[in-house]
Amino acid sequence: MSVELIDFYADWCGPCQMMKPVVAELEKVHPEIKVTSVNIDEEDELAEKYGVSSIPCFVVLRDGKEVAREVGVVPLKKLEKMLEK
Amino acid sequence: MKHYDVIVVGGGIAGMTAAIYVRRANKTVLVLEGRTYGGQIINTLNIENWPGDMGVSGVDLVQKIYQQMTELGAKMEFETVTAVERSDNGFMVKTEDETYTAGAVILAVGAEDKKLGLASEEKFTGRGVSYCATCDGAFYKGKKVAVIGGGNTALYDALYLADIVEKVYLVHRRSEFRGDAVLVERLCGKSNVEFVLGYVPEEIVGGKKVSGVRLVSSGKVADVKDGMDLDIDGVFVAIGKLPMTGGFAGLVELDTGGYIKAAEDCVTSCPGVFAAGDCRVKDMRQLVTAAADGAVAADKAVNYSNN
Repeated sequence: MSVELIDFYADWCGPCQMMKPVVAELEKVHPEIKVTSVNIDEEDELAEKYGVSSIPCFVVLRDGKEVAREVGVVPLKKLEKMLEK
Repeated sequence: MKHYDVIVVGGGIAGMTAAIYVRRANKTVLVLEGRTYGGQIINTLNIENWPGDMGVSGVDLVQKIYQQMTELGAKMEFETVTAVERSDNGFMVKTEDETYTAGAVILAVGAEDKKLGLASEEKFTGRGVSYCATCDGAFYKGKKVAVIGGGNTALYDALYLADIVEKVYLVHRRSEFRGDAVLVERLCGKSNVEFVLGYVPEEIVGGKKVSGVRLVSSGKVADVKDGMDLDIDGVFVAIGKLPMTGGFAGLVELDTGGYIKAAEDCVTSCPGVFAAGDCRVKDMRQLVTAAADGAVAADKAVNYSNN
């Protein structure tokens, strides 16, 4: 079973910048989780594929299937709860 | 249970400034923040009215203030406050996971975007429904969008989006705008902006993403149809702000808009609880007035916890 967190962001997005240290902390605490950061300006087809139209947006995939999604700034604990889904 | 001289609820500009002032008075302080620190200003790329730092971004500014606060010995925990209750010698502040005690409490909970209140709204948030044109406008290049609202934020959003998208419908329930006439004039000069006046959204429709919005007559403008549908890819909601004071209605008096009743001295109806920033009844909600409230509330809270 694989769990992946996709972090959709852009350089011009303030809330995304605020989330950077939170995502970095998550990677440190949960090395077993694969974290993929997607710059929506460079990989807009991925944003399109996942139907993302607001950032920051966090999508949790379990074995490739979406199980949780959150838009906006969220604390570490909330990200961790999403990963349990 | 961990005790602090002062607990600040909310880590925006008002809350973090309060924490700085409490530490400068050599008292212990904990800031409780349910999301990330900084508050609404993190959405602003370029601030031109913060003295001494022309053009600073919201993120840079709040990171500096956070660093200053922690260097002075203030602590922040990322927990959502669920209740503030009076106790024998002060207050109990409960979060989802912990309970803290405090000699005095500063409510600096801020404000958030008002929602339309439609069942479909939450479903499509982040999938075509947005509350921030400057954040999400780039997703709608060459597409059609609706902006809902009649104040300055709605007018600014419509102007901003007009330069990016193919078509902007500005939907407002009245025939006049609350926002500035000069902005309305500028919008009239945009060939791809259409005013849809006298309507309110009834439902946002779509499959995986938004594909349209169903409008009904607001009853405030004569001679409009009962309803109409707009085929659009995005809905930008700009109908004002709402103070995040709901959980504190039993603790302090609120006005009809939900703002905490307190004058410039930040003193609320509950002794020992002070209100700072956008959640307080006030005329101007600006960075500097939020910071000013933080200083005043901290001074009052320190004095209260001393006695």
